[in-house]
Amino acid sequence: LAKLTFPVEASHIMMFARAIGDENPVYHDPGVAGGIIAPPSFPQAVAQFDPNYVLRPKPGQPWFGSGAAPSGIEGKPVATGTLHAEQHFEYHRHVRPGDVLTVEMVPGRTWEKESKRAGKLVFRERITEYRDQAGELVITARSVGVTTERPVSND
Amino acid sequence: MALKASSLKIGDTYSERVATNLSRTQIVQYAGASGDYNPLHTDEVYTTQVAGYKSVFAHGMLTMGLTGKMLTNYVGDGRLTNFGVRFTNQVWPGDTLDSTATVAAIREEGGAPVVDLTLSTVNQDGKEVISGTATARLDP
Repeated sequence: LAKLTFPVEASHIMMFARAIGDENPVYHDPGVAGGIIAPPSFPQAVAQFDPNYVLRPKPGQPWFGSGAAPSGIEGKPVATGTLHAEQHFEYHRHVRPGDVLTVEMVPGRTWEKESKRAGKLVFRERITEYRDQAGELVITARSVGVTTERPVSND
Repeated sequence: MALKASSLKIGDTYSERVATNLSRTQIVQYAGASGDYNPLHTDEVYTTQVAGYKSVFAHGMLTMGLTGKMLTNYVGDGRLTNFGVRFTNQVWPGDTLDSTATVAAIREEGGAPVVDLTLSTVNQDGKEVISGTATARLDP
């Protein structure tokens, strides 16, 4: 997989903190002692910097969400989709505005499980390393995605 | 502001209400900030008519972010060394979420005190939507 470049900016951190309802000044006030840092779940926003990210509409390409029809593509595409099962972060230090992170993702283990709520489940692990300009490891992330056979029942 | 090892004991808890009547608009706001525009979170027509769910639902990472807000309010800024969660149930528009950290261990790591926490976020019906763990550096 290609390496991504993730420039960390104060305005992005501010918008992210607003979206999680966190008004802590450490996420928006440059005058705060020690300076601005990013919230702990911010590293996942690297999706903004992946040119091929599949969950972002792109000009001139059909999008699987609704438009004139309930889905913009033929057939039954990502009918149930892949859901996020687990997310883990290990912080070697905390991310700051001005960091330019190099982000590398590698696939991890894959396993299957039967479930009453959603049929056959296929789990896929992914390890993501975030390094700074000096090549120092800043964050190691491990995520697990699950593809379900049918929509998850909530009974 | 950080936690002190000397004033903590195993079993101590800290809780916060991290969402009240969660709005579809906040979910859209999270989509824009995170870059995850999966229509399962933002497109009611697609999610009900194509994907077969009762409505859009929150990104797991939004619930992790809300849980993280409780966590950093408790342990202080820039103190976390680990934060991990499992998404155990979906979070829907209208949900009200309470998030709790419980002290599981107080120990030394590389000669400095740290706390291990277990995390749980539950909805208004008491159903757990996130279970997790975290480790944070402490003051002595």
